This record gives sequence, structure tokens and C-alpha cells, in this order.
Amino acid sequence: MSLSRPGLFVAGLIFLLTLGTLGAVALRAETGGGLSPADWAAVRFTVLQAFLSALFSVLLAIPVARALARRSFPGRGAVVTLLGAPFLLPVVVAVMGLLTVYGRRGWLGSVFAGLGLPPPDIYGLEGVVLAHVFFNLPLAARILLMGWLAIPAERFRLAAHLGAPVGRVLEGPMLRTLLPGAFLTIFLICLTSFAVALILGGGPRATTVELAIYQALRFEFDLGRAALLALIQFGLCAAAAALAFGIALPDAMGGGLDRTVRRWDGSRIVDALWIAAAALFLLVPLAAVALRGLGGLLEMPASVWAAAARSMAVALVSTALAMVLSLALALRDGRAAALAGVLPLAASPLVVGTGLFILVQPVMAPASVALPVTALVNALLTVPFAVRVLSPALRQIEARHGRLADALGLFGVARLRLVLLPRLRAPLGFAAGLAAALSMGDLGVITLFAGTGEATLPLEMYRLMGSYRTEAAAGAALLLVTLSFGLFWIFDRWGRRADAH
Amino acid sequence: MLTLTDLRLAREGFTLAADLSLPPGVTAVIGPSGGGKSTLLDAVGGFLAPVSGRVEVDGRDITALPPAERPVAQLFQDGNLFPHLTLAENVGLGIAASRAAARDPRVAQVLARVGLEGLGDRRPARLSGGQQSRAALARALVQDRPVVLLDEPFSALGPGLKQEMLALAAEVLAAPGRLMLMVTHDPEDARSVADSVVLVADGRATGPFETGALFADPPPALRAYLGD
Repeated sequence: MSLSRPGLFVAGLIFLLTLGTLGAVALRAETGGGLSPADWAAVRFTVLQAFLSALFSVLLAIPVARALARRSFPGRGAVVTLLGAPFLLPVVVAVMGLLTVYGRRGWLGSVFAGLGLPPPDIYGLEGVVLAHVFFNLPLAARILLMGWLAIPAERFRLAAHLGAPVGRVLEGPMLRTLLPGAFLTIFLICLTSFAVALILGGGPRATTVELAIYQALRFEFDLGRAALLALIQFGLCAAAAALAFGIALPDAMGGGLDRTVRRWDGSRIVDALWIAAAALFLLVPLAAVALRGLGGLLEMPASVWAAAARSMAVALVSTALAMVLSLALALRDGRAAALAGVLPLAASPLVVGTGLFILVQPVMAPASVALPVTALVNALLTVPFAVRVLSPALRQIEARHGRLADALGLFGVARLRLVLLPRLRAPLGFAAGLAAALSMGDLGVITLFAGTGEATLPLEMYRLMGSYRTEAAAGAALLLVTLSFGLFWIFDRWGRRADAH
Repeated sequence: MLTLTDLRLAREGFTLAADLSLPPGVTAVIGPSGGGKSTLLDAVGGFLAPVSGRVEVDGRDITALPPAERPVAQLFQDGNLFPHLTLAENVGLGIAASRAAARDPRVAQVLARVGLEGLGDRRPARLSGGQQSRAALARALVQDRPVVLLDEPFSALGPGLKQEMLALAAEVLAAPGRLMLMVTHDPEDARSVADSVVLVADGRATGPFETGALFADPPPALRAYLGD
């Protein structure tokens, strides 16, 4: 059997899960009534928050990335690693950390109260943008850092020698190439963000389309309206993705960030301030979670442990599925596979969930399929990231060993078993770690389907927060972070042990 | 036993024509850099489809066959071994597409033949360049095919070791009915090991010429290349 054949079926499956569920939803949509003013407000807010989040993330990332590119200092490696952490961090946990620091009754709130200032209001647009910047600034910084490190050292030497303005001559072109792609990537991520809007948004002026879908389904049981909103959400994402397709999306997963480039411009103090500010911005909320969580561990009800077990099971199933799907896609060249590899980025998880909800509802009670559907949707959402890790690795393997494999007649399953999989172990481990961590921390589709008995750990934590059991929620947060990062570390470590052979 | 009939090959802005017939033995392919020596080998090995013409081995037309199905064993310039497999497993792949083939008694035999006895369980990274070359040679040997192509597989080894490996290859692969076709950019290699020479220059592959006679009285293209 040809190695590229399964990819065709996988591509078909992904089209079905993203476009097919959209179709199921479209059939139920009540377009007669059109959009209410509240719905238009949701659309405006969605686009506005995504735009601002992407803008601030990218703009603030520039000085941080530049500072990291040209300064070498003890602990630099840790800072660069820290930049990778928010991607893996469960959204609920980060939001809790931000609330602890920036919330009305948080640390900043106490400082403001002490100074006689009105308390900061983290709910609404400001909070949503803040949380999105927290997640995406590091991503943007990594993308730009790679861009900076890609400029050959000789050019900086030449510029210094000639006294040429480094910014205009070297950095400008690089930024012009990378910034649009980075901006669009983050814009796309923020368009479909749900958990942040769920906790920090809400209310007529701070509702995203995704949140409106959730409300329509969960509180009003209005399938028709949810369907219409789902169509709009897909339209927004497709428009953004179409824009992004023309621009090469930058790869933030790459390594090689531990070099610095010797430069003769810029102020060391300013750079140090930017790096310190970025590190603090990321570390303080994380520390807040850790501190509160330690105290809260004892206050957790037994339901938390059951939820943790469910989350682990879902994460493992989702990871296995994601790896199979991504590998099949990565093994196949061609437009169908490439499109299937990015389509889930444009799809909203709640839209997919809504579609599945519609399909399942006549036959089974949604609550009974909550966990399998969550595993499926989580796998779907991780596929684009996994494919972007596996594809370049596969290309490299084929370039180095393909000819020998051809000459020895190694094709199909034999090629996979003897050549490809052994050499893919490191990227597979990393991709599996990503998938596991993302699934573990996911708060999305599960909110639509789960009753009281099927909660995953993030949902349980959200419910604890909602009933003001903040200490118990903090404990759950610490448990969730530990499990998420733990799973990532286990898979990634497994992948990297291959080099020891 | 290897016949190229009206063969025309093309690669980005470069063509090569060949119409020749080679007997068993050791034949060197020499010529200026970029002239098409590796291209010729790629065509025989099945990695380049010709624009027109035929490739035949012992009268059998192999032009349409993929590399693994041709009666040809190949050693490339690099990447002859899989780094994640042991020597025995690498050699075993010449017998069957399975790691278990490493246990076939022929594997130990050929490893001993090339002087790597007892090293079957090592991975390539733990061996010297010379030893890795011998392992690749062992696999070509165990494949037991009538034609063996060598595209300068020993060029990274340094002159003395390269000479040694070429001599070993010629000795080990020598068998009635077998052709060893080796690309080299060093005419000394041709003189020391090859019975006949194919000259690839100016878009044509000509030959075979008897080695001694050719170097005694080189044609103009070869003279230019040798720089005498």
C-alpha cells in the first residue's frame, strides 16, 4: 500500500469534520430573522479584540525579540524556553493567574487601593486583549527572534563598519517579511478564542461570536441561532485564513534560538529592561497560580480527581488520533493534504461541536458522547501544529535517506517501519507532547456537551471558579498545569531519547 | 553485458548521449567535473529516466524498471548506511526488507569478507569512515547482482584509504559475469584498478577503451582533462 494513500482519506475526514459539520449547521440555520443587533455587536467585538490582540502582541514583541537576539546573559536560555511555555499553558490556568494579579481583588488591585486609585477592571475588552497578549506575545517574540537570528552575522559587521543604520538596512526588510505573517497567525488564533472570552468577556459589550454560540446552545437551546452564528464565525475565519494563505505563515516551532548575533548598536540597559519586563509579565501570573495552588490543593473536592482522570484519558486518545491523522497528511504531497492541514485553524471548535451536536442529538444524548467528541475535536485542532512539525522533518528524512531506501526497495509499510518512523522519533515525541498538553488544557467543546458527570479538569476548574470556590479552583489549576506540562515532558523526552542510541 | 543503446539523458540545461556496450570486469567512468558521470550512473541505476534509448543488462531491457528491481547494486557518494540500524541490519537489507535479515548467515560471511568480523552489532556512528565504507561494500556484495555501481563512495576517505578501498572492492566484487562500474575524478584510480575506461565529456559518453592504451595515447578531450 502506498504511503500517501491514507492521507487522502484523512484529508477527506478533515473536510467532513470542518466543512461537513458546517453544512449540518447551515441546514438548521434560521436565516429568516437575520442578525440581531446583539449579534452584530458580537461580530464587531470579535474582530476588534483579535485585531488589538495581534497588534499589541506583535508590536511589543519587536523590542523583546531584538533584545534577546543581541544580548547574551546567564539565564537567556531559560527566558527563551519561557517564551515557549504559554502555548502549552491551559487557558483557564493562565486566566486565573491574570485575575490574581490584575483583577479587582488581585495584587494590582491592592496596590491601586493603597494608592487611592480606582481598582483596575480586567473584565471586558481590556481583559480579553491582555490575556491574548499574554499568550501570543511569546509566540510573536519567538517568530521574530528566529528572523533576527537568520540575518547573517557578517551583515551586522558590515553595517557597523560602514556606520549604516542597522534598523533601516537590515532589520526593516526582515520585519517587513515576518510581521504580516505573525500578525495574521495571531489574529486567526484570537478570532476563535473561546475560554478567554468565556471567563473575562461576557455581557453585551464583550461577547465574541464563539461565546454567543455557546450561550445560544447552552442557555437558550436555540439551535437555529447557534447555527447562524456558526456560519458567521466560519466566514470570519475563512476570510482571515484566505488572507493568511497568500502570506507565508512563519514557523514558530523551530529550534536554534540559542545563538546570539554580535552587534554594535543599541543600548544594553534598554534591552535589559525589555527582557526583564517580558519575563516578569510572563512569570508573575504563573507564580501567582503556583502560590495559590499550593494552598488550594487541600481544598479540592473529590470530583477534581475524577475530572483529572477523564482529562488524561481524553488527552491520550486525542494524541494518538492526532498523530495518526497528522502523519498520514504529512506523508502526502498535494493540495488536498496541504489544505486539510490548515483547515482546522480556520474552523471554530464550537462550530464543529455544534455540527456534531446536531448530528448526534436525534440518536444519542449529547452528554454520553461528550468525552469521545472532545477527544475527536481536540485531535482535529492539533493537526495543523503537528503537521507543521512533522512535514519538514519528513522532507529532511527523504532528502537524506530516500535514495538509499529506493535503491533497497523499501516502500510502503516497510519504509515506514524501517526508515521513517525511527528517524521521526524526535519530532513525533514533540508533536505528541504538544497534542497531549493542548488537549489536557482545552476548554471548548466540552462546555457544550458535558453534564455534571462528564467534566474534564479544565471544566471542573471553571465550575469551581464560577461558584466562587477560588482556593479549590487554584488547587485544580496547579494540578492541571502539572499534568499538562508533565505529559508534554514525557512525550518530548521519549522522542529525544532516540539520539542516545 | 551492460548495453546502452541510443541513450539520451537530460538534466537542467544539459544533455548526455551514450551508445556503448560494456563487458564484465571493472570499468572506470572518467571525465571533467560536471560532465555527466554521475548522470550516467543515475540512468543505469534507475534514478533518471532517459529521454530516449534503452538500458539492457545481459540482454534484458531494464529501462522501465525502478531502482530496486534492476539487477544493479549501488554505492552512493554518501548516505550508504542508515544511521539508526546496526551494520548487520544495514547489510541484511540487501537480502530482505526486514531487520530480522541481519541474522541471515550470509550477513556474517560478507562482513568477514570485508574485514568487519564481529562488528555487526555496532551502529555506523561508532565506526570510522573506512569501516563504514566496508559495510556498504558488504551490502553490495550480499545483494549479489550482476552490475555494481560506485559513484565515488570512497572520495571522503583520503588518498591512501581510498586506494585501499578500491582495491578491496575490485577484489571482493570480482566474479565472472559481474560488471563493476565506478565513477572517479582521479585518473590514477582508473589506472590502478580498472580494465577499461568510459570517457564522459562534451555531452557524450564514449568507450569502452582499454585502460593502458587510453592513457598511453589520450584523445584530445581526455588530454585536455588530464592537463598534460
